[in-house]
Parts: sequence; structure tokens; C-alpha cells
Amino acid sequence: MTLLDSFLVRAALAGVGVVFAAAPLGCFVVWRRMAFFGDATAHAAILGVALALATNLPVFAGVLLVALAMALFINWRNDQQSVDTALGVAAHSALAAGLVAISFIDGVRLDVEAFLFGDILAVGRIDLAVIWLGALMVVGLLAWRWQALLTATLNDDLAAAAGIDPKREQLVLTLALALVVAVAIKVVGALLISAMLIIPAAAARPLAKTPERMSLLATAIGAVSVIGGLGSAWFLDTPAGPSIVCFATIIFFGASALRR
Amino acid sequence: MALITVEGLGVALGGKPVLHHVDLELNLGEIVTIVGPNGSGKSTLLRSIIGAVVPDSGKVTKKPGLRIGYVPQKLQIDSTLPISVRRFLDLPRRVAQSDAETALIRVGAQDLTNLPLSGLSGGQMQRVLLARALIGTPELLLLDEPTQGLDQPGSAEFYRLIEELRQDLGCAILMVSHELHVVMAASDRVICLNGHVCCHGTPEHVASAPEYRALFGTGTQGALALYRHQHDHGHAHE
Repeated sequence: MTLLDSFLVRAALAGVGVVFAAAPLGCFVVWRRMAFFGDATAHAAILGVALALATNLPVFAGVLLVALAMALFINWRNDQQSVDTALGVAAHSALAAGLVAISFIDGVRLDVEAFLFGDILAVGRIDLAVIWLGALMVVGLLAWRWQALLTATLNDDLAAAAGIDPKREQLVLTLALALVVAVAIKVVGALLISAMLIIPAAAARPLAKTPERMSLLATAIGAVSVIGGLGSAWFLDTPAGPSIVCFATIIFFGASALRR
Repeated sequence: MALITVEGLGVALGGKPVLHHVDLELNLGEIVTIVGPNGSGKSTLLRSIIGAVVPDSGKVTKKPGLRIGYVPQKLQIDSTLPISVRRFLDLPRRVAQSDAETALIRVGAQDLTNLPLSGLSGGQMQRVLLARALIGTPELLLLDEPTQGLDQPGSAEFYRLIEELRQDLGCAILMVSHELHVVMAASDRVICLNGHVCCHGTPEHVASAPEYRALFGTGTQGALALYRHQHDHGHAHE
């Protein structure tokens, strides 16, 4: 029996894999006030789940497709609607359409809850490979564009003057977000993905003096939350995904209190 | 060759024309100031020069390899982003410690190195932005209302600093300003903009141009009077 045979080890590796990508990306979500963006992409992912089930695609592929379509829609949208409004339209219509579509799929007894809240304890080896591959891609993307992303986050015109296209950097973040949502849906579910993006980053903020430190700290906080949440699921029989988020929240309040 | 040549520039933002038929030439070592009422396209002109706005007609030609230092109108730092002055100077490219120090000393901001960007006052922020623009010894400094939000002594001091930089570095400076009386004192040339170039030339020439007076009315007279008063030497106009 190898280590990966234990569902608890697989769950921990899956959770840490998601955190690895979600925490640094979450920092940008916080810095650029894109919190609603993460939420919206995650809601739209439910439509991806439905499409995947209807066409026998892997769930990951369905979610990625819809999340990407959503990301491009927001990037492409004209200036007549605020980003908020466009996101609201896209997110909730996709969520509603997804739930309606799922009701048409018969033959499959579908556990919608598993996609809303995740099922980290049921992660298989292939899921694990997909999660880590996606996470490494996101981390690679962020590391490659780090300086440009930071400059564009501070000010669009400063970036433009330095030959950096702020729209392109926004697209990089949007694509990374789509990827994270796609890999995380199995782990924490569509409703809690935003929590994994935002809470570790918010918890790291009062303890960090540089952007790099903040994203490393957020990753550490996220990893500790995963282990803590799984421990709670194991010993207290609490739902794993929500327990992870609760742990991150406790650290958030602890870190905020520490700075007072 | 001119550092920058703008020919027949036309820009529309959101379907609304902002600039049309703007011509402009900028040469090494001169200080040129753009004045104009709100919404006259001053910032848009600067943003076209740095490439943040794509022109609908005409073109902006830069001397090949031109090094530009850009100071934006304002920089709102979200307090969620932890970043020190020193780290900020490292964007978008890391710079040597000695270069960063030299730039900060030049603008009198050496004490700010380790402070978080989000805690700076308006004047401190302008200095830091200027320091960042100076890294890499620019041939051209673009300043978009650099003294906005500064009190009178603060902005007077800032303009003195600009003049000093021009003398030390020999770079050209193109700036947008609201403060007419300071502009008159500190510029080699003034461009009066209102969607198009209304008039341009030496400060004295522009101040007496009817187009300029039509835009700025009696306030201009006061501004010019203040200028003359401050410097105590007369100009033959009127």
C-alpha cells in the first residue's frame, strides 16, 4: 500500500495543490478588488458541470470551458455596463442555466451538493494529477508575469508607460482564475472557491510588508487551513470543505487581532 | 531630431472626440507646459504619448530608443497591497540599490525608502513618483498635474525641483498644469489646449493671445500679474 492509497493523504495533497495556486492568485484578487469576479466565475462553473455531464466530458474540462468563456466575456464587454453588472448577469444566469440543465440529465443520479460544496475526500489519483498540473500552470503564469502584474495592479498608465499592456495582464489574471476555479471545484466546491482565494490573502495582509511575503504567507495559511480542516473532518466528522474555510477564517481573525 | 513629434493626433474616448488635429514637437532640454480647461484633453494627450491611448487618427513619433519617465496624475494605493517605497522603485524592473538611492536623494525622499507606499502624504507620493521616473536617466519627463493636491509652498517647491532636474539632467519636460502663474514662470513654451491646440509659444506670447484669454478670462490677468509681481521684471505686452 502506497501513501497515495490513503484517501486522507490524497485529500491533503489536493487541498494543498489548490492552495498553492489560489493563495497567490487570491492576493491579486484582493489587491485589485476582484472578489466578485472569483465568485462569479465559480457560480458559472456549475453550468460547466452540467455541460460536462451531458456530453460525457470530464467535469474539469466542462468547468474550464465555461470559466474561460465567462472570463473572455467580461474582458470583451463594452463600457456601457459596469463590471459589477456584467458579472452579475453572467454569473447568475450561468448558475441558473446550469441548475436547469442538470435537471434534464436523467440516468445520472447527480449529487449537486458535491459540486456546490466539493468532495475533497473522494479525490482520486487522476483528480490529483489534474489539480497539481493546473496549480503548477497558474503558479508558473504568475511567476512569469509577476513584475508586470504588480505594475499594472498599481496603475494602468504606469504600466503602459513601461511598455506593459494592462489589458493583457488583466487577461492573464482572468485566465488563471478560470484555471483555479476548474481545479478547485472538486475540492471546495463552487460556493467556497472564493473563500480559498480571499481569506488566506486577507489573513496574510496584516503580517506582510511586501507583495511577495504576502503571497507566501497566504499560501502557508491556506495549507495550514487544509490540514486543520481535514483533521476536523476526520476527528469531529465535520464536512471537509467548509471546515477548511472555517480554519482559514479563524487564522484571519487571529492575524487581524495580532496587529491591533 | 525632435524627441517627440505629434502629427494630426485625433483621439475619441467612448465615442466622444477628445482631441483633434493636435500637432506638437518636443526637443531636448526644453520645458513645455500644457494648459487648458477641464476636459480639454490634456491628460489624454500625455496618455497618447506614453501609448496608453490608441489614436484614432494621426500619429505620435518618438525618437528611437527614447527613454521616458512618466509621473501619473495620481496614484491611489489600495491599502490591501503591502509595498514599500523601495519595492515600488523596483517596478517594472529591479534596479540597483545605488540607482534607487541616487533617485530618492535627488528628489529629497531618501528618508522614505522603507515606508509603505499607502501611508505617504500627497507631497511625499509626488516625490516618490518623480524618483521612480528618474531611474534610468530619462531624456523626457512626462508629468501629469504633478502638483495636484499640494499646497502653494509645496507646489512651488516641486516646480523648483523640476527646474533643477532639467539643469542637472538636461532632460526635456512635458507637463500638464492648472497653476497658470507657476507655469508662466517655469516654462520655455506653453501649449494652450482645448480639444485642439488653441495657441502656443512663449509664456508671454500665449498669455496675451486672444484664444487664451477667451478660455481663461480675467483669471489669467490675475495670474499674469502675480507672475510679474513675483519676478519683478516687466514684459512688453498689451
